[in-house]
Parts: sequence; structure tokens; C-alpha cells
Amino acid sequence: MIRDIGRLRITGRTNGRAAARHPRRIVMRGFKNNKTLLRESTMRHSPSSSPSTPPARPPSKGPSARWLLAGALGVALGLALTGAAKAGPTIDAIKARGAIKVGVGSQPGFFAPDSNGRWQGFFVDFGRALAIAVFNDPEKVQFVSSSPQQRLPSLQSGEFDILLSGVTQTFTRATKLGFHFGPVVFYDGQGLLVPKKLGVAKGKDLNGATVCVQTGTTGELNITDFFRQNRISFKPVVIEETAENQKAFASGRCDVLTQDASDLAITRTQLPKPDDYVLLPERISKEPLAPAIRYGDDQWLEIVNWVVNATIQAEEFGITQANVDSFLTSGDPSIRRFLGVDPSLGEAAKLDPKIFYTIIKTVGNYGEIFERHVGPKTKVGLERGYNAPWTQGGLLYAPPFR
Amino acid sequence: MTDHATDHRLGGLAPPRSTPEPRWRALRDGLFGSKPNAVLTLLCLGLLAWAVPPLLRWTLLDAVWSGPADRCAEAAGACWAFVGEKLRYILFGFYDVDRQWRPAAALAILAGMTVLSALPALWRRTTPLRWVAGWSAGLAVVVLLLTGGPDGPAVPTERWSGLPVNLLLATVGMIGAFPLAVLLALARRSPLGGVRLLAVTFIEVMRGVPLIAVLYVATLLLPLMLPSGSAIDKLLRAQIAIILFVSAYLAEIIRAGLQAIPPGQHEAARALGLGYWAAMRLVILPQALRTVIPAIVNLAVGLFQDTTLVIVIGLFDVLNTARNAAKDPAWLGFYDEAFALAAVIYLIFCVLASRYSLWLEARLRRGG
Repeated sequence: MIRDIGRLRITGRTNGRAAARHPRRIVMRGFKNNKTLLRESTMRHSPSSSPSTPPARPPSKGPSARWLLAGALGVALGLALTGAAKAGPTIDAIKARGAIKVGVGSQPGFFAPDSNGRWQGFFVDFGRALAIAVFNDPEKVQFVSSSPQQRLPSLQSGEFDILLSGVTQTFTRATKLGFHFGPVVFYDGQGLLVPKKLGVAKGKDLNGATVCVQTGTTGELNITDFFRQNRISFKPVVIEETAENQKAFASGRCDVLTQDASDLAITRTQLPKPDDYVLLPERISKEPLAPAIRYGDDQWLEIVNWVVNATIQAEEFGITQANVDSFLTSGDPSIRRFLGVDPSLGEAAKLDPKIFYTIIKTVGNYGEIFERHVGPKTKVGLERGYNAPWTQGGLLYAPPFR
Repeated sequence: MTDHATDHRLGGLAPPRSTPEPRWRALRDGLFGSKPNAVLTLLCLGLLAWAVPPLLRWTLLDAVWSGPADRCAEAAGACWAFVGEKLRYILFGFYDVDRQWRPAAALAILAGMTVLSALPALWRRTTPLRWVAGWSAGLAVVVLLLTGGPDGPAVPTERWSGLPVNLLLATVGMIGAFPLAVLLALARRSPLGGVRLLAVTFIEVMRGVPLIAVLYVATLLLPLMLPSGSAIDKLLRAQIAIILFVSAYLAEIIRAGLQAIPPGQHEAARALGLGYWAAMRLVILPQALRTVIPAIVNLAVGLFQDTTLVIVIGLFDVLNTARNAAKDPAWLGFYDEAFALAAVIYLIFCVLASRYSLWLEARLRRGG
């Protein structure tokens, strides 16, 4: 009660004055606003009353005739440029935006920012190669980070133009989910990492084990299949983030860590005592990691296909970032075609014939990209394995460039 | 506040003393005054003895303060050299290094505007109109700074990252939610049934859904519903989602404030000849809002921490940049240091906010 009286007194003192002043101001302001509104509406009406103006055009600040002319010119120019060539919606959007949007994940060596906040990594270099193919500029690419659960819906909803985040190419993803896959850029397989003290020699001995596995990946499905096939039981510990998954394993929350073997190689080097752990020999799955794009843009798919193939083909030719210039004088007709010395390929594709030359010169061939980011000399320390050219016993095989 | 505290103590066990007791005795009585107290004290001391030395060794004694990553790998302690190397990335993320002053300036402006808005001394001199004008101007400058304009190439919002993102999402979230929340709160108390139903539906739906779900809808479902090509920027979508989400909570806080105003105030306002809106603006809302300022500050602290949820939609706030800093193959695996830094950053902001809230509470109770 006492408080109420106090407050009413205060209110009366401070707001009474304001109340006496304000209503008049409100009326004044309302009146002024009405006047300006009226003026604006008459101004807006007069120019658009000319019959040539389409009524749907929003009113603009300047004289609308000039804008119309500019718009018409722009449309005409656009039509002239695209011509009769059937361009898909994705490549159109990329060109309109002036940059490719590439969905990436986060995994050391494959995609991680350096100290300057620049994305670096194996998949990142393929994104830069694509930017060269479309814009002749490796910087015209925006990397968009995406977690394993949201990467496919994000690609579907147009958040990015291509997903280069180590997605496994599968039947369902290609058919039911509606994604095209480019050539496989990395052949991976799911492995099992266990502590040596568990005394396990092969995966079938793991009956009743707790298994750390990452959500939203094919890994989660594979490990379930693996244990079911071998009629043994397991307890899954499902964690979203790669790093947390590895922490959980290191702290002993689970007996087995299962991920793609490429991840496990990094994890093992990061554990307090790497020699106490062993990577079991089985690969319980095939994980062909390939770039994924939405259905409906064949031209974009072909660009993706042939950019990846070009890095593979360059390694087969023995063309590297360092020696690519010396190959420009090569007499080999296939190399001359590849590097654009003979412009027939570029003419066939209506592309700059020097594109593959620029890609090799800027990011290098497949082998160089591999060695630079994930090869044996890096912290990741992966062997080439399946990811060697077919001429050296690997699976990389590019169709002929002719 | 002081009155209350004394009252409480007087009503409790301790009889009033004429002479102030020595400090050490008060301490002894407090820590070892009774058997349970002594046990608790010993237990706590034991815990400290167990936890503090290793922590000190890790953070200070065995820590590596500078040098390359290899030196850290050999050391047993923390690698603060990692923080030195990555501090720029953790704070400003993917923003161009040579134009880094832009996010730094944006951060300073946002922080400055927040501090200014929090000063009660300025409240009396500002009208709502000036408030809106000030924040609009400030935010326009911040956005201009971050987008890279007016000179130089544009910086897409994908590259806005680190601490400015947290602060931008939180401050704009609060400021943007405020008018909406006031309207919702008024609508919920409105005598018009339709208006009330709309407000109740909105508030209950927003409060019934976790923020992550709202963010997912804004980033994944919304673009699927819109015609392709008409994409709204991801950061903007997240911002709008946060504003809508916060407005529901804020509306309930403001409604609580409105309910605390005695009907006499309404009647007095009406007696002065004020209409509904004038009464609300001049009499009811100023008092109602003042009552709930601590709750609003509390919500703001929570929101600041919640902004880190934008991780799930691929935006890089300061926690996410910290985590990613440890994924650089050159500095692989220093997650502990990265998270320690992020924790310190959050702690600084939240402690400041909570001290401010206490100070404000005391001041308002004094009738400031």
C-alpha cells in the first residue's frame, strides 16, 4: 500500500507533465505524416501512368524510364550471352553470384581453416579447381561449413552448389535423395581402432563391445550391419562431432572407435600413447567419397566430372605444378589437347582451352594435392593405397581427354 | 537490499553483538563452527588440494608460451603458443586478415552501444524514438563495416565469424525482439479475444519448440518452401529465427511486469485523460519494464550463450572457430586450450552481465 502511494506520486510528478505535452505532439505528428504520405503517393503515381510501364515493376527512386531502359538492356545482354546454349539452374546461379558455394565438413587435412582463416585441405583444393574452371579465378569460391546430419538437406535446399565434404556415394543417395555424384576423389573404408590391451585380433572378436560412432554418417549403418552379419552384439555410443568422438574413445568410454580409416589414422596419432592402439585389418565398408550435386544441371555435373578427371589425368601424364610449363612444348598430341595448346577440347566444350593448364598450375595434379594435405609427410600421414593411379596399382582412372 | 539482509540475520540465530568480532574468529566459526561444517570444510580443502596443483601445473608451470607446435607436443602442460597463433582466427574467423579492423570495430561499436543502453543515467534522457534511431544507426554502421562497404570488395556473411557473430546475433536478437515482445505481452492481456488467441498461440508455439529446431526450420525448411533463387541470407534467417524465439520469452517477462502494476495506475492514467496507448507508453510500461529489468538481463545472458547454437546450421561463432582452430594440421589437437579460451571469453561476458544486473537491482531498489 505504501509503495503504491509512493509510485503514484512519482508517476504524477514526472508523467503528468509529459502527458499534458504529448497528446498535442501526437496529433501534430500524425498530421504531418499524412501530408508527406499524400505528397509521396502523388509523386509515385505520375511517372508510372505512362502506358509503356509494366504495372508489376516496383516504384524506384529515380525516373523509372531510365531504369526500364537499363533493365531492358540488361535482359537483352543476358539473352545474348547465354544464347541458345542450355544452361542449368545451378551454373546460372553460380555465375549470377560470382562465386561457387561449396559445402565442406571439418576434418584435419581434408578441410580446416589455417591461422589466417583461409580454408585449406584436400577437398578444398578441388573447390578452388572448380572456381578456376568456372571463373578462371581460384578465389571465386565460398566454403560453407556443414555438419554430417545437415549437409544433404542443405545441398537439397540450395545452401550450396556442390557438397565436397567427404560424402559416400550410395545407391539411395543417388536415387531416392536425388543427388548426382561426380568421380570418386577419395577411396576410403571404415576401420576399427581398438586398444591393444583388449587383445583383439579381428573384428569378429568384439562381441559385447561398446563402439563410439558418429551420427548421420554411413558409419553408423555399417557398424550395425557388421555386427549383425557376424551375429555378435555391441553397444553403440553415438556422438555427433568427430573430435568429441575421438575424445570419448581416448578417455575409455568405448572399446572401439569406428570411422573411416582416414579419420582413424589421424586419431591414432592424436592419442596420448599411439602405440597402445591398433587399427584392425578389416575394412567393414566401401566408402567412395565423391562430390555431390543436385539433380537438374547436367552442365554443372560435367564441369565437376572433368575437373576431377583432369587432376587425375595430369598425374598419369606426369604433369605437375612445377613442370606444367615445360609440357606446353610437348609433341604428344594428347598432352597438347589436354593443356589447350591444341584448342580442340576447349572449342568442343565452349570453354577456355587453357582451363586444365591453369588448374594444374594453381592447385597441382591429384598426387600433389594428396601429398600436400594428407600424404605420408603430413600430420595426417595417409598412404596412397587405393588412391593411386591405376598405372600404379590404385583405382584412379580418368576417361580419355579427347 | 541491505535492509533485507540485516533483517534476515536479526531474525536468525545470531544475537546482535556490541563489539565487532575479529575476522579470524568469524572465519573459524564459519568454517569449523560445528561438526558438519568442519567435515565440509575438510572435504572442500581436500578437493582443492587434489584439483588445484595439476591445474596449476597444466596452465602455468608446464605450459608452453611461445614457439612452434612441435615444442608444444613435447611439453606436458598447456600450449598457450597455440592460443597466440590462433587468437586472431578464433576471434574473427574467416574475415580477411588485412581488413580485420572491420570486425574489430564492429565488435567495439556493438559492445559500446550495449554498455550505453545499459546505463540508467541515459534512460531518462532518451525517448523511444531516439533509442530506435541510435540503434538503427549503430547497427547500420556495424553491418556496413562487416559487409566490407562502402569501399573494397563485399564480404559475404559466410565469412563473418567469431565473436562479432555472437554479439551481433545476441544484441540484435534482444533489440529486435523487444518491440515485438511488448506488443505480444499487451496482446496477451488484451480484452479482444482474437488478438489474445493469436498472441497466446505464437508464444506457446515458440516456447514449446527448442531453439535448435527453430534454427533448423529457418535454415533447412524455409529455403525448400521458397522458390529457388530467392534465398534469404543464412545469417539473416538465423537472426530472424532468434528474434522470433526470444520475443516469446521476452513477452512473458514483460507480461509479468504488466501484471505487477496495480490497477490503480491504469485508473489514474485514465483519470488524467490518457487513451490506451498513451497510458501504456507513459504510465504503465515504464513501471512494468523497470520491474522486470533483472529478468531481461538474465534472458540476455542466456541468449548470448545460446547464440553458439548456430553451430548446427554451419555458422561460425566463437566456440565453433575455437574448435576449428584445433583442426589445422599445423596445430592439430589442441582442443583443451581452444575450449579454455572460449570459456574465458564467455565467462568475461557473463560475469560482467551478472554483476551489472546485481548493481542495477540495488540501484533500482534505492529508487534510482
